[in-house]
Amino acid sequence: MNSPVYIMWLRQVKKYLRSKSRIIGSLGQPLLFLFALGFGLGGLYKQAGGGSFIDFLVPGIIAMSILFTAMFAGIEVIWDRQFGFLKETLIAPVSRFKIMLGRTFGGATTAIFQGIIVLVISIIIGFRPDLLLLPVALLFMVLIGLFFTSLGTALASKLEDMQGFQLIMNFLIMPIFFLSGALFPLATAPEALKIVSYFNPLTYGVDGLRGALTGVSQFGIPLDLGVGIVLTAIVLWIGSELFSKIQI
Amino acid sequence: MAEKSGDNIIEVKNLVKKFGDFIAVANISFEVKHGEIFAFLGPNGAGKTTTIKMLTTLLDPNSGTISVNGFNPEKQKDETRKSFGIVFQDPSLDDDLTAMENMEFHGIFYGVPDKIRKERIEYLLKFVGLWERKDDLVKRFSGGMKRRLEIARGLIHHPKILFLDEPTLGLDPQTRNHLWEYIKKMNKDEGMTVFLTTHYMDEADRVADRIAVIDHGKIISRGTSSQLKKETKTKNLEDAFLKLTGHGIRDEDASAKEQFKSHARRWRGR
Repeated sequence: MNSPVYIMWLRQVKKYLRSKSRIIGSLGQPLLFLFALGFGLGGLYKQAGGGSFIDFLVPGIIAMSILFTAMFAGIEVIWDRQFGFLKETLIAPVSRFKIMLGRTFGGATTAIFQGIIVLVISIIIGFRPDLLLLPVALLFMVLIGLFFTSLGTALASKLEDMQGFQLIMNFLIMPIFFLSGALFPLATAPEALKIVSYFNPLTYGVDGLRGALTGVSQFGIPLDLGVGIVLTAIVLWIGSELFSKIQI
Repeated sequence: MAEKSGDNIIEVKNLVKKFGDFIAVANISFEVKHGEIFAFLGPNGAGKTTTIKMLTTLLDPNSGTISVNGFNPEKQKDETRKSFGIVFQDPSLDDDLTAMENMEFHGIFYGVPDKIRKERIEYLLKFVGLWERKDDLVKRFSGGMKRRLEIARGLIHHPKILFLDEPTLGLDPQTRNHLWEYIKKMNKDEGMTVFLTTHYMDEADRVADRIAVIDHGKIISRGTSSQLKKETKTKNLEDAFLKLTGHGIRDEDASAKEQFKSHARRWRGR
């Protein structure tokens, strides 16, 4: 177990486990959405004949916590650049692809962990997932984690400091989240919104996760899985290309 | 292993690096012999660090050729990287990991076998006086301790060439002496070539076999310490250095590069 990919993964996971405040801090937002929207809009949703809103919402909130944690984990490359540690990794006789892979696996692991915490809390407040399809749900969580950690890494490879961060937050992460069907069913949304969401990678992640956890999905699990795997492979490749071109 | 071109482990010919209009390194040529301690001296912003970055694969030159341990840092990056160790001018530790974890990380990244890695890490941490603190997070270390840890880390894989970019900055005289003794020992016992920059002229005078003085991106003089003193008709290396590079204080060059970089960032269009 002494490969560079493993030690890079281990570093990311250790750093995550050591910052308890970050683990708890990044639970705040998803839990707020879960409780405030889940209970706040639950009655309305039921009246409209949609069934349990919590059931609908939980997969979306899990996806959300993975999205945020994964993106931040990817963007951490900028911190490493500023604190100098990036140099230590980039100057080693290890292919940058391996460095990027270890880093991405590590970031994705922490993001999935964060998603699992949200799932457990949801079960505590009454959410009942389909146990047989739980491995499939986990697979979707892995894909969402890998995709967005790679995306964050790709973006961070092109940025030299945190100045562009607000831009990414407001014009990328937030729209991806809100236009993914995490919070409302896309089936009944206006046509324009639907079309936009079809181009959103998270849409397929949320739909697949929802399919696996609650049995209700718009596109069907096989399509979601296919799209997820292809997109993840593509962004992983782009991320490693950009990462390997970093000059300091 | 490496193909050696004669006696020289590093050969640089007509090297140029520009940042926009600013010429950081202007057509320099020099060579470093196998097993020697070579000092690269120059005022702030003279082009020392930029040169080191090109020698160590972190930056690609605009033109010119470089050979490090027989490899081309621009094309044969991995082979080049296996050949050297480096202690950077600015920090490059992970503050959220312990001293031991930082060392382990490096050892694994450089493929040092388990047993040797454990032995060397223990030896080096004891050597720099950090063995007792090996399980402490680096963020709790003082500046001097971090510096010592970086130096210890750079030596784990017993590189053929060791680059030291102002390694003793901020260290007390005890540690500095100790460090140079060790580096001289590694140089002698293992034939490790040392390429260093420093602003402490007495250090360069004491340890370096040969010296090159760089200013405004050009090498303005080179030779042994006594040759430089003779050439400038001065008594010590510090006077020789000042005579060669003048008394004016310059930081403008460095900031020009920074300015360019921030312009580039702004115009990158986001």
